[in-house]
Amino acid sequence: MTRTRFHQNLDDLKEKLLVMAGMSEQAIQRAIEAYRVGDLSICDLVVRSEPAINRMERDIDQMALDLLAMEQPMAIDLRFILAVIKINADLERVGDQAVNIAERVRDLQTSSPVDLPVDIPKLATLAATMVRHALQAFIDADPVLAEKVLTMDDEVDEMNRAVYRTLTRSIQLEPACSHQALHVLLIARNLERVGDHATNIAEDVIFWVRGADVRHHVQTGR
Amino acid sequence: MGAGIEVRDLNAWYGSTHTLHDIGIMIPANHATALIGPSGCGKSTFVRCLNRMHETNPIARVTGSVRLGDLDIYNGAAPVAIRRRIGMVFQRANPFPTMSIYDNVASGLRLGGLRNRKKIEEIVERSLRRAALWDEVKDAWKSKSGTSLSGGQQQRLCIARALAIDPEVLLMDEPASALDPISTAKIEDLIFELKADYTIVIVTHNMQQAARVAEMTGFFLNGYLVEFDATTKIFTNPSDKRTEDYITGRFG
Repeated sequence: MTRTRFHQNLDDLKEKLLVMAGMSEQAIQRAIEAYRVGDLSICDLVVRSEPAINRMERDIDQMALDLLAMEQPMAIDLRFILAVIKINADLERVGDQAVNIAERVRDLQTSSPVDLPVDIPKLATLAATMVRHALQAFIDADPVLAEKVLTMDDEVDEMNRAVYRTLTRSIQLEPACSHQALHVLLIARNLERVGDHATNIAEDVIFWVRGADVRHHVQTGR
Repeated sequence: MGAGIEVRDLNAWYGSTHTLHDIGIMIPANHATALIGPSGCGKSTFVRCLNRMHETNPIARVTGSVRLGDLDIYNGAAPVAIRRRIGMVFQRANPFPTMSIYDNVASGLRLGGLRNRKKIEEIVERSLRRAALWDEVKDAWKSKSGTSLSGGQQQRLCIARALAIDPEVLLMDEPASALDPISTAKIEDLIFELKADYTIVIVTHNMQQAARVAEMTGFFLNGYLVEFDATTKIFTNPSDKRTEDYITGRFG
């Protein structure tokens, strides 16, 4: 009763999700680079990549749905497919955040430059590292690395709050920079969301490998 | 009402072949318990030990303890009396071929000494209703032969026959494996209903069926009970790697 074909299909599903992960990760890296160097052509690349990510999301969902319907998976296979469906949605949202950042960078480039006292690249590096580690945890089925991602989220949240405090003060002190400060504030928020999606992915990896639900800082395992 | 079954240190042999090893399990009352495992793992032998059917084979032997409520099945109780309290339904429906539907269900009652025709009629009708067969046979239940029914109906007739003698436990050895999906669904619905009044133990090769009907599931392998837990746990996150490998089709 060994289900060789089914397990080959699961490997194909994982491979496809990794392609999706590569596309989303590249989108967010490019959006960060666009912010750092102020390059509108990189913004265009990010925006143009979104339809492909959306298509891939639908393909993966369909593949997962077919496997659920045709194979009635159980135990670790069932958890794997559920995790893939959820990670897929998070990766699509990471792509959306990249587009949001790219569009704000475009808008910033049409405004007069201002020097704002916040370190967005540092926040971006941390959020991108979370995504990288969460995906590595998925590739290696490594719940320990996934747990590390969960601890990084607090740091990203704190950096985002610090950006908010700094920029609201800047707006009060210098209303002329409000437009630019608001865009940067929203970019920080987009990056904080990227960290949240990485956290979700890490939680899904833990669920897949250990069967434990660690969402919302509550651990429940059957 | 159903009764729970407590099994301790159960070992079984066919001749010199040791087929069950130190089985310990608490089968809860008024629940459906599924037993799964690859062919030859011992699950059918195990259920046959629960109502002393195993020892009907002259080379078979059992040691250990099986208790149904206060009754110690292997210590002082007569096998026939035990089988009245622990009924059994087999993989292949086996209605008595020369008997009508009515006589099939009444047979156990008559064997038990009941002679009151009105009472027998009442119990047969109630049993056919409980087995969800009454509506399909009520017009010809006394004239039509049990074997004239479809496979699914015959299996429900056998369930009605088992229910007529009012057991506390119903053992089912792959009761739907020879049936089409509609008949299977009817048997599964029936199991769900019967749980309120009986303790059900079902051996099945169909893991989806176990997941659908049973609250508890036991996994047998090579004569050992590897894992026994809530069905949701077994099918989403089993504790033993061998259970996981079996239910995910990595061996078997």
